[in-house]
Amino acid sequence: MNHLETRGLTVAYRAGGREVPAVRGVDLAIPPGGTLGLAGESGCGKSTVALAVLRLLPATARVGGSVLLAGEDVLTMAWGRLRAVRWAGASIVFQGAMHSLNAVRRVGDQIAEPVLLHESAETPASAARRAADLLERVGLPPRTAAAYPHELSGGQRQRVMIAMALACGPRLVIADEPTTALDVMVQAQILRLLKDLVARNGIAMMMISHDLSVLADACDRLAVMYAGRIVEEGPARQVFADARHPYAAALGAAFPVVGDPASRYAPRGLAGDPPDPAGSGTGCSFRPRCAVAEDRCAYVDPALWRAGPDRSAACVRVLPSEEVL
Amino acid sequence: MSAPSAAPAAPDRGRGSPRRIAVYLAGRLLGAAASMAAVTVTAFFLFRVLPGDPVRTMTQGRAVTEAQLDELRRQYGLDKPLGEQFLDYCSGLLRLDLGVSYQYRAPVTELIAERLWPTVLLAGTGTLLAAVLGLWLGTRAAWRRGRVVDQVNTGLALTLWSVPTFWLGLLLIVVFAGTGGFPTGGMATPGVRGPAAALDVAHHMVLPVATMVAVVYAQYLMIMRSSLLTEMGSDYLVTARAKGLRDALVLRRHAVPNALLPTVTLVFLNLGQVVAGAILVETVFSWPGLGQLFYQGLRLPDLPLVQGLFVFFSAGVILMNLLADLVYPLLDPRVRV
Repeated sequence: MNHLETRGLTVAYRAGGREVPAVRGVDLAIPPGGTLGLAGESGCGKSTVALAVLRLLPATARVGGSVLLAGEDVLTMAWGRLRAVRWAGASIVFQGAMHSLNAVRRVGDQIAEPVLLHESAETPASAARRAADLLERVGLPPRTAAAYPHELSGGQRQRVMIAMALACGPRLVIADEPTTALDVMVQAQILRLLKDLVARNGIAMMMISHDLSVLADACDRLAVMYAGRIVEEGPARQVFADARHPYAAALGAAFPVVGDPASRYAPRGLAGDPPDPAGSGTGCSFRPRCAVAEDRCAYVDPALWRAGPDRSAACVRVLPSEEVL
Repeated sequence: MSAPSAAPAAPDRGRGSPRRIAVYLAGRLLGAAASMAAVTVTAFFLFRVLPGDPVRTMTQGRAVTEAQLDELRRQYGLDKPLGEQFLDYCSGLLRLDLGVSYQYRAPVTELIAERLWPTVLLAGTGTLLAAVLGLWLGTRAAWRRGRVVDQVNTGLALTLWSVPTFWLGLLLIVVFAGTGGFPTGGMATPGVRGPAAALDVAHHMVLPVATMVAVVYAQYLMIMRSSLLTEMGSDYLVTARAKGLRDALVLRRHAVPNALLPTVTLVFLNLGQVVAGAILVETVFSWPGLGQLFYQGLRLPDLPLVQGLFVFFSAGVILMNLLADLVYPLLDPRVRV
């Protein structure tokens, strides 16, 4: 059974009397111990997917489809069961740990909090010992437990966040842009730490980022989102090196290869902005920005299609020509 | 790549060291002393420029000779040059001697001491009740933002806030003078002794305290509401919910402690004004406190009394500000020295 599986997940936000779709039918599956990278630019719905997994979206969001955590549908769970599953079944490493930690409570207490909440056998003293152990596991001295978030550097705070995510021994960790606010050196440290901990403990992970190279390095599989949908999915290395969908290719090329003069002198970006999620048009949603758009893209809105062994892409160019129409 | 185990700032150096705490304390104390000195000077000269001759006011309506007036002036030291009067006043202050009241013919310090307890009882109770009520209702209003609870609470509080204190007090007096139930003036019933006396005072406090609370609790409600609404969009509350905390616990354990911080200053500022009392409430309900004393001193004007009260009230505000400065770092680690 997959640790996490979403089937036809849709999320729409009510705004000004109408519904704006943010996620438009996402199917994902992460097997036990598997790691999946979810990539896409700002506003494509990737963080919304992360929050939907633990039903953390605001009341203005309408969620459809299903989210199965170890086979149980999160969206239809009773509140009590949902609270029990949160953090103990799946935890989240949020981006920007400065704001994701409570500024006026010691980090040790914040790490111990879910332990005390989910494990009735724990006492405050044993939970504090567990917090100290967790801090050591993420490479921080145990006395960090007595510090407040503002006394720590960005990298240290992110380590605290990771220690907190591991506190209840979850089988799935969702890392939502875990390295976005960090400088490059610290980014690399945090990524390696996360990768090691996840691999060593057999935890499944969904990592969310806009940086395809980071995800390709840390995950087995990659899914690229555009305008609320998955447009390409497959083994991480293949998707990164040889994307079939033009958007995935552009995203991969947006980061120059260090030491490669060719990419330095010819930076490739992607012109234009993502489509207004409230707007509805026919055809492929990427067409206005696509460099290789064809006539049929104006009326064919392709679904994910097999694009090689074990991978798929939502582009008419991977469709066998007779399948069109 | 460097070792990943960079330690946080050691707690025994820099922040929180005894030396830095001492420097912080000394700074705050010096600031308070400077404010107090400024108040002292202001109090003296402010009341000297008030129009009117105190000696003539004292003897109004009576047949007095010019010689008798001079004698009175000499008695109260009003014949000396202004500079000398100021020096007398300053040396008096150092000995906690605020002079002698013209109308009561008693030392001002004694008068203040006599009236202090009733005022602290009334205004202290009123301020604390208003703070507790306002903060609690503000939390509820923010939690149910835009719903009926919020609209009714906010609307009612703002309506009462805009009502003049004396008007509300008079209204209550009119209502309860007719129907009975609660005393409408004074602090105690003559002749009641023993444990019953405490109950009697509490009974007398109901209307004045209700008036005070009704008018001022809105400021706590509004500050708490907006402060909590700001916090409610914060990422750390998503973290708290993701951990599996019940909504009530997310509110109580994470959101409210953070939202309370801005209200601490307000509570202390208002506590500083407790000694100044509620001049209007005390006057309307003939409560024998400092507010009423000040009102009586102003009518004459009773210079030593008004001046002494002014210094005393200011000292209260300065002291509470100092306390707020000392307490705040204990509550918010981010401003800790």
